[in-house]
Amino acid sequence: MEDRILTLVTFFPLIGAVLLMFVPKERDDSVKSIALIIAFITFLFSLMMYSMFDPVANGMQFEVNIPWISTFGISYHLGIDGISLLLIMLTTLLSVIVMISSWNSVKSGVKGYFISMLMLETGMLGVFVSLDLFLFYVFWEAMLIPMYFIIGVWGGPRKIYAAIKFVLFTMFGSLLMLVALLYLMFMYHSFAGEYSFNMIELYKMPIPLGAQTYIFLAFALAFAIKVPIWPFHTWLPDAHVQAPTAGSVILAGVLLKMGTYGFIRICLPMFPEATLQFVPLISILSLIGIIYGALVAMVQRDIKSLVAYSSVSHLGFVMLGMMALNVQGLEGSVLQMINHGISTGALFLIVGMIYERRHTRMISDFGGLAKSMPVFSTFFMIASLSSIGLPLTNGFVGEFLILLGVYKANPVYAIIAATGVILAACYMLWMLQRVIFGKITNPENEKLKDLDLREKIILIPLVILIFWIGIYPKPFLERIEPAVKNIVSIVNSSRTASEARMSKGYKCVGDRCDTHTVSIGGN
Amino acid sequence: METFDYNLKLIIPEMFLFVWALVVIVFDISSKRRNSDSVGYLTMAGLAITAVLLYNFHGGISFNNMFSSDILALFFKVIFLGSAFMAVGSSFGLASDKIKNHRGEYYGLILFSTVGMMFLSSSNELISLYVGLELTTIPLFVLAAFYKDKKTSVEAGMKYLIVGAFSSAVLLYGLSLLYGFTGTTDLTMIKINLSLLFLSAGKIGPGLILAIVMIIAGISFKLALVPFHMWAPDVYQGAPTPITAFLSVGSKAAGVVAFARIFVHGLIAFVDPVMKPLDWGIIVAVMAAAAMVVGNITALRQHNIKRMLAYSSIAQVGYLMIGMVAVSELGIASVGFYMFMYLFANMGAFAVATIFEDKTGSSSISSYKGLSKSAPALSACMAIFLLSLTGIPPLGGFAAKYIVFAAGIQAGYYWLVILGLLTSVVALYYYANVIKTMYFSDGNSDLKINIHPAARLVLVIGVIGVIIFGIYPEPILNFAMESAALFALP
Repeated sequence: MEDRILTLVTFFPLIGAVLLMFVPKERDDSVKSIALIIAFITFLFSLMMYSMFDPVANGMQFEVNIPWISTFGISYHLGIDGISLLLIMLTTLLSVIVMISSWNSVKSGVKGYFISMLMLETGMLGVFVSLDLFLFYVFWEAMLIPMYFIIGVWGGPRKIYAAIKFVLFTMFGSLLMLVALLYLMFMYHSFAGEYSFNMIELYKMPIPLGAQTYIFLAFALAFAIKVPIWPFHTWLPDAHVQAPTAGSVILAGVLLKMGTYGFIRICLPMFPEATLQFVPLISILSLIGIIYGALVAMVQRDIKSLVAYSSVSHLGFVMLGMMALNVQGLEGSVLQMINHGISTGALFLIVGMIYERRHTRMISDFGGLAKSMPVFSTFFMIASLSSIGLPLTNGFVGEFLILLGVYKANPVYAIIAATGVILAACYMLWMLQRVIFGKITNPENEKLKDLDLREKIILIPLVILIFWIGIYPKPFLERIEPAVKNIVSIVNSSRTASEARMSKGYKCVGDRCDTHTVSIGGN
Repeated sequence: METFDYNLKLIIPEMFLFVWALVVIVFDISSKRRNSDSVGYLTMAGLAITAVLLYNFHGGISFNNMFSSDILALFFKVIFLGSAFMAVGSSFGLASDKIKNHRGEYYGLILFSTVGMMFLSSSNELISLYVGLELTTIPLFVLAAFYKDKKTSVEAGMKYLIVGAFSSAVLLYGLSLLYGFTGTTDLTMIKINLSLLFLSAGKIGPGLILAIVMIIAGISFKLALVPFHMWAPDVYQGAPTPITAFLSVGSKAAGVVAFARIFVHGLIAFVDPVMKPLDWGIIVAVMAAAAMVVGNITALRQHNIKRMLAYSSIAQVGYLMIGMVAVSELGIASVGFYMFMYLFANMGAFAVATIFEDKTGSSSISSYKGLSKSAPALSACMAIFLLSLTGIPPLGGFAAKYIVFAAGIQAGYYWLVILGLLTSVVALYYYANVIKTMYFSDGNSDLKINIHPAARLVLVIGVIGVIIFGIYPEPILNFAMESAALFALP
C-alpha cells in the first residue's frame, strides 16, 4: 500500500473522469453524484495517506520510482514530504467542496464540467507528488487544458478573453521552463554520464553560477507567472473574476500554490546560489505585490475582484516569507499557502452563494445583509477575518511566522510588509461594513434566503480548519518542519560556501568545490 | 560492385502496392462505379497488407546499393502507409458524393503516390531518389485538381504542377552538379568522394555550393519550407481535404527522408567544423527559423481551417528541421519521431475538417461555432488533435516537440529552440481559437453529423495514437533511435 497510495490518490480522479465519459449526458444527477463520490473517495484516500505519513521522518515518503522513458532517464517518480502532503490534502478537500458547490450553479454541459474538474484534480495532484522534473512538467502543462475549458465554457461574460489570456500567460512561462529543463538534462548527462530527471539527484548536481542564473530565471519566470508575482499578475484578476465559482476556488486555492510550490521544490534547492542572488529582487517585487494588491483591492466595486486582488497581496506574503530563507519564514510561507487556499477559497464560495441569489456582486448593491442572512454573514465575517489574519485564525499564524522570518532576514522588508496587513484589514473590513452591516438600503436584500444545508456543509469544514490552524497549528507545522529544514540547510550550505569563496577568492560551486568540475554546454 | 544483385524480395511491398493500385482501378470500373464503399475498403485493405508484407520483407540492400531497405526506410514507410490509410479512410464521404465517376482513379493515384514515397525512402542513389520523388508528386498534381468543376481545385492542381515541375528541375540540376563533382550517383560513394575531395582541396568550390543550394531549394519546395512555401496555402485550400492531409503528412515525410538521405548521409562532410561557415546547416537553420515565424504568424490571420492548417504545417516543418540541422543521432531520431506523431494529429485534424466539410460544405473556422453541442465526440477529437499539434502534454505532439528541441539544445542551437518555443505560444493562440469556436461560442446546434465508419476508424486511430504514444513514447522512440543509428552520427 505504501508505494501505491500516491498513484491511487493522483489518478483516482482521472479514472473517475474516464468513467464519467460513459455516463449518458442527459443524466445530470448521476453525473454529479459520481463526480462527488469520486472526489470524496479521493479525499478519503488522501486522509489515509495523511495517517500513514510519518511526521518526523526526514526526506521523501511513499516513494515510487519506475522507469518511464528510459532513453532520456525519465521515470515515473513520485514521493511527498510535509509540504506536498499539506498541499495534497488542501487539493483533495477543496475538490470535494467545489463538487458540492457546483451542484446547482452549473446548468449547461454538466458532464463536461465535472470531467474537466476531475481531470484538473489529477493534474494538480500530479504536480505536488512528482519528483521527476519531466513528470512535473507534464502535469504542470496538462492541468492548463481543463482549466482553460472551465473558464472558457462555464465562465462569466468576458470568459473567452480571460481563458485565452490565462493560457497564453502560463504557456509562455512554462515554455522557457522547458528550455531550462532540456539544458539541465544535458548538463546532468555531462555530470553523471547518464540522463536523469530525478529531482533528488539534480539537487546534488553542482551548477556553475552563470548557468545557474539563466536556468533559475527560466524556472522562476514560469513560477512567477503562476504565483503571480507583481508585475506578472495581470492574468489573475481576469481569470478569477470570469471563472465560475468553483473555478475561482480551485484557481486561488490550489493553482496559485503550484507556482510557490515550484519555487520551494525546484528553485530553492536546485539553484541555491542563484536564489541567493535574486532574493532582493524577488523580495522587492513581493513587497510591491503586497501593497499594490491591497491598494487595488481597496478600490474594487466587485466583491469577487476584491478577493482576486487580495490574492495578489497574500501571495506576495508567501513569496516574501520564502525569500527570508530561514526556517520561520519558509514555515510561515508554506502554512500561508494552505491558509490562503482555505480562507480565499471560502471567500470565493461565499461570493458565489450571494451571486446565485442576487446575480450581482457589486458592493453597492448590498448592505445590511446581517439582518436578512445572519448565518451567511457569520461565515463571511469569519472568512474575512481569517484573510486579514486576526489572532486565533489561521491567517495570523502564517503571517506572524512570515513576518518573524522576514524580520530576522531584513527588518525593513518586515516593516513594509506589516503595512500590508493593515491595508488588508482596511479593504476587508470596509467591504464587510458596506455589504453586511448598516441598514438594508436595497429592498431586494430584505427577503434573501439564508444558507441552506448544502451551503453550510460546504463552509463548515473550512471554518473548522480556520480555527484549528489558528489555535493549534502544531500538527501542520510539525509536518512542514523537516522538509523546510532540509531546504534551508541546502541553501545555507551554499551560502556559506559562496561566502567562503568570496573571502578566499577562488571559484567553486556550492559546497563541492574540490570534488567535481563540470563543463557546461550539453555534451 | 562487380556482382549485381537483384534481391527482388526486398521490393515485394512496393510491387504489391503498385499492382494493388491497378486492381483498385479495375475493380471500380468493372463494378460500374456503383459500389463506392467497397472500393475504399479495398484500398485500405491493400495498404494494410502492404504493411504486413513490409514487416516480413525488409532489411538488406538490393539492386547494387540502389535500394536500401533499412530501418530508416521502414520507419518512414510506416508513416507513408499510415497517412495513406488515414487519407483514404476519411475520403469515403467525398467518394460517394463528389467524385462518383473517378473514384477508382482517386484511390489508385493515392496508392501510386504512396509507392513513390516508399521507393524514395529506400533509395540510396540520386537517380532512383529523383524518380521516387516524381512518382510521389505527379499523382498528387492530379489529385489536387480532382474537383474538375471547382475553380479553386483546378487552380490548386495547376499551381502545384507548375511549382512542382519547377522545383524538380532545380533539384535535378543540383543533383547533376553533384554528380559532376563526385563522379557517382551513389550516396555512399558521394560521401566518400566528397571527403577525399576535401582532404585534397581543403575547401568547397563555388560549383559545389551551387549544387547544395539548388538541392536545398528543390527539396524545400516539396517541404514548403520558407521562402519556398508560397504555393502551399492555395494548394492546401483548393485540393480535396483528404488529399491536403496526405500532402501535408505523406509527401512532407517523403521530402524529409530525401533531405536526410542526401544531406545527413551524402553531404555529411559539409558538417565538418572546419567547414562551418559554408555548411548547409546554417542555411537550413535560418530557413527553419523563418518557417516557424512566418508559418505561425500568418496562420494567426486565417479564417479558413484548411488554410490555417496549411500555414501551421509550414511552421511544423520548421520545428522538425531543428532536429535535422542538429545532425546527430538524436536529431534524426527526433525528426522521424516528430513526423510519426504529426501523422496522427494532423491526419486526424484534417479528417475532422473533411467530415465537417462533407456535411456543411464549409471550411471556415467560424462555421465550427457551437460544434461541441451538436457533435461532442467530433469536437473532442478535434480538440485533442489541435492540442497535440500545439504540443501540450501528455499528448504525442509534446513528446515530439520535446525531443526535437532536445536535439537542438544538444547541438547548441539555443536561439533556434527558444524561437521555436516562443512561436509555439503563437501557435497555441490560433489552435486554441478553433477550440474556443467549437466550445465557447453558441451556434447551430441542430446540426446532425453522421460519421462514416471508415472515418470513425481514422479518428479512433488518430486519438489513440496521439494519447498512447504521448504517454508512452518509448517504443516509437526506440524505433526512431534505431533508424537514426544507421547514419553513424555522434
